[in-house]
Amino acid sequence: MNSLFEYVLRLGDDSLILGHRLSEWCGHGPILEEDIAMTNISLDLVGQATSLLGYAGELEGKGRDADALAFLRFDRDYKNVLLVEQPNGDFGMTMLRQFFFDAYRKPLFEKLQHSTDKHLAAIAEKSLKETKYHLKHSSEWVIRLGDGTEESNARIQDSLNTLWRYTNELFFTDEVDAELVEKGIVPSLQEIQNEWNATVTAVLTEATLTIPTNNWKQEGGRKGLHSEHLGYILAELQYMQRAYPNMQW
Amino acid sequence: MTKKEWPLWEVFIRSKAGLNHKHVGSLRAADAHMAIENARDVYTRRSEGISIWVVESNNLVASDPSDADSLFEPADSKVYRHPTFYDVPDGISHM
Repeated sequence: MNSLFEYVLRLGDDSLILGHRLSEWCGHGPILEEDIAMTNISLDLVGQATSLLGYAGELEGKGRDADALAFLRFDRDYKNVLLVEQPNGDFGMTMLRQFFFDAYRKPLFEKLQHSTDKHLAAIAEKSLKETKYHLKHSSEWVIRLGDGTEESNARIQDSLNTLWRYTNELFFTDEVDAELVEKGIVPSLQEIQNEWNATVTAVLTEATLTIPTNNWKQEGGRKGLHSEHLGYILAELQYMQRAYPNMQW
Repeated sequence: MTKKEWPLWEVFIRSKAGLNHKHVGSLRAADAHMAIENARDVYTRRSEGISIWVVESNNLVASDPSDADSLFEPADSKVYRHPTFYDVPDGISHM
């Protein structure tokens, strides 16, 4: 297996699917300012996906570019974590999902920007600036809603109970990671997880939320085994290329 | 659901070093942090700025439009307040 291809594909798919999910808010945000903020973040993520999937295509060396990878694969070939394909729910759930993701991506990019793979390092360095802002934005909302009114607290606590089971998959590792960590190209996810735990505990505590004690974990995305939601996302994402192959605008 | 709106904030952007902050518009936000972030998202997404000020609109004191005559008209007849009113005498250099 081409481990670096697989690794970059996983990162790219996370960005692509979360970017698409977030874009569903466009025109539906709770206030105009937040509508624009979410669209900005969504565009950052789609931009990252373009860079990452473009590089993945080069690593694969079979002539597939970012568009071919984004629009012309079947669901089992997508390697994003289950967290990013979960439905938006209410605004609080979207922010919490984003927070869990950002709290993982920030330390990951901080390490990856020093990767011995120069191309990956450059993408990480650029994406880190965006991710720092995403994390600030999402964590402030989690605190605001958790430590807000009785209703906002109850609703985001509900979201927390729902999404918690998907967080462990962010730190899924297999032979792909093992090989690249060994070669010193990517950081060990253990370090990232420690930082994630610290960030998440601090923010959820400040938000007066209760971390679920149920430690049942759901995973599968990294191996291409997805929840039923991904099919619907792909149907919408791929419709144009499937209906009108090679069309451009 | 309450219909209470978040406070209104006025946004000022410095487009580049050396220039002054300029009023660009207003937005709603629950607190100062959110106002800065919203301003970043709403007013600088096309690289319009390098620095943001926000101030709650409540804190601005404005002149009364009905006082405009007494405030501003008197200046109209005082052309000598413009440097171009004066002839520069011959022999003055470095002007």
